[in-house]
Amino acid sequence: MDEVYTKLDLTKTANAVLEPVVVFENVSLRFDGPPVLDDVSFQIAPAETRILLGPSGVGKSTLLKLANGLLRPDSGRIYLFGQEITHMSEEELLHLRIRTGMVFQEGALFDSLTVRDNVGYQLMERHVDVTEVDRRVHEALRFVELEHTYDMLPGSLSGGMRRRVAIARAIIDQPQLILYDSPTGGLDPVTSTTIIELIIKERDAYGTPALLVTHRLQDAFTMATHKYDANEGKMTPLPQGQTNVNTSFLVLHQGKIVFDGSTEALVASQDPFIQQFLA
Amino acid sequence: MPFALDKFDGLAKRMILSVQEYSLFCWQGVSNLVRAPHYWGDVLNQADLIGVGSLPIVVLTGFFTGGVLALQSAASLAQFGAQAYTGRFVSLSMIRELAPVLTGLMVSGRNASGMASELGSMVVTEQIDAMRALGTDPMKKLVTPRMLATVVMLFLLTIVSDTVGTAGGAFVAVFISAQNGTQYFTSAYQALVYADIAQGLTKPLFFGFIIATVGCYFGMKTTGGTQGVGRSTTQAVVVSSVLIIFSDFILSRALLWIFSGF
Repeated sequence: MDEVYTKLDLTKTANAVLEPVVVFENVSLRFDGPPVLDDVSFQIAPAETRILLGPSGVGKSTLLKLANGLLRPDSGRIYLFGQEITHMSEEELLHLRIRTGMVFQEGALFDSLTVRDNVGYQLMERHVDVTEVDRRVHEALRFVELEHTYDMLPGSLSGGMRRRVAIARAIIDQPQLILYDSPTGGLDPVTSTTIIELIIKERDAYGTPALLVTHRLQDAFTMATHKYDANEGKMTPLPQGQTNVNTSFLVLHQGKIVFDGSTEALVASQDPFIQQFLA
Repeated sequence: MPFALDKFDGLAKRMILSVQEYSLFCWQGVSNLVRAPHYWGDVLNQADLIGVGSLPIVVLTGFFTGGVLALQSAASLAQFGAQAYTGRFVSLSMIRELAPVLTGLMVSGRNASGMASELGSMVVTEQIDAMRALGTDPMKKLVTPRMLATVVMLFLLTIVSDTVGTAGGAFVAVFISAQNGTQYFTSAYQALVYADIAQGLTKPLFFGFIIATVGCYFGMKTTGGTQGVGRSTTQAVVVSSVLIIFSDFILSRALLWIFSGF
């Protein structure tokens, strides 16, 4: 795993001169009523995992949907892979979205398709050879340890299994950005840990940049303080006082980003809202 | 602005906005017919669900409507000694008017609701967003195949309804009104001209378009969870049924004018 870490750190250094994967510039959005997002700006660097924290209903999922153009802002600019998507047509956005993976809050699996067809959906849409689809679906399901669900329908899976299948669907085409929308929301602590372990595994094995939305502090800090040990096949805590250098935090409150920084800076923050939120 | 006027103003704006959105939705659905990718497999699948699935209700409705027409008309025509015209009356009524409209209403009740609830459920469970996130255009994948399949299958179902309706009339005329079967069919056949068939088979093309676009539109615009799905389903059936009846009047007027010289 140390090898993976070294590789990632090098990637980070090498990518320091590269452009960010996602850029939000003064983005605002309002539906009916007060603004959901107000002048939001942040970036996601290559190989970086950003955890977006905030209370329920603060606009975290909305922000995530803006990142890949599922929603459009009222003002401001959003860049994805260096291209401005704010005014991009849906047709162009579809091509760009293929390079991203998204895990929805409840999984959002297609309930009339089997797990195989759900996971391999993107490949089938591109008319990839059936044997290749099968091989990659097995590979993705093996990653989330659900190979036995291959022929099952989503309706017969538990909530946790559905999220894991959704992760398999998001990573099957080796995306250049993964968006996780509350992947542990509504799950029991044990299942939540399994999901977080998978996300850490993905982060440490592939180094894909990611934006993870959650209101669960425990999950967020597990992400920051653990690494995936490939030899042991499970996540292990980092040495006392160390945190993952590629993982940082954003905190959203009343439509604004009130914190943008490292784990250490978050814990040391004097902002009354953050202190109350972390308490 | 007084409260009542303000309310009316808001309602009028919402209605105009809905019409605008529906028009754009229809245009997008139609223009996708000439834009790749095409989902022919989904078109066939929908044709099976909509066409073959609706066959039993269309056959039953058509048969009994033809039967009732024969029953009612035979009694009235007998008063003038014109019972021999029962076949003519049934075939003209069925082919020009009743088969297209009743088939449209039956398919609307069955499929506009089905489309609205299916797509509505997909919207509220974020499956539509997931589809977009995976790089697939839901309009091309879900709406255009349903639109094309409904138009084609409603056309064919109307022919089936024409046939079984005339057969239902024959059944009543022969076995209940004790008429001569050959006389019934000769009268039914001789009454028909090209314009009648053209009128009767033009309408389902419009009705099919209305059913699919209204069903899909309300489905794709669903908000408000499972309650919203129920609301969309009801709205889809009501709006598509009313639009079928309304457009039938407009189409009848237009087609009578177009085919007046034939």
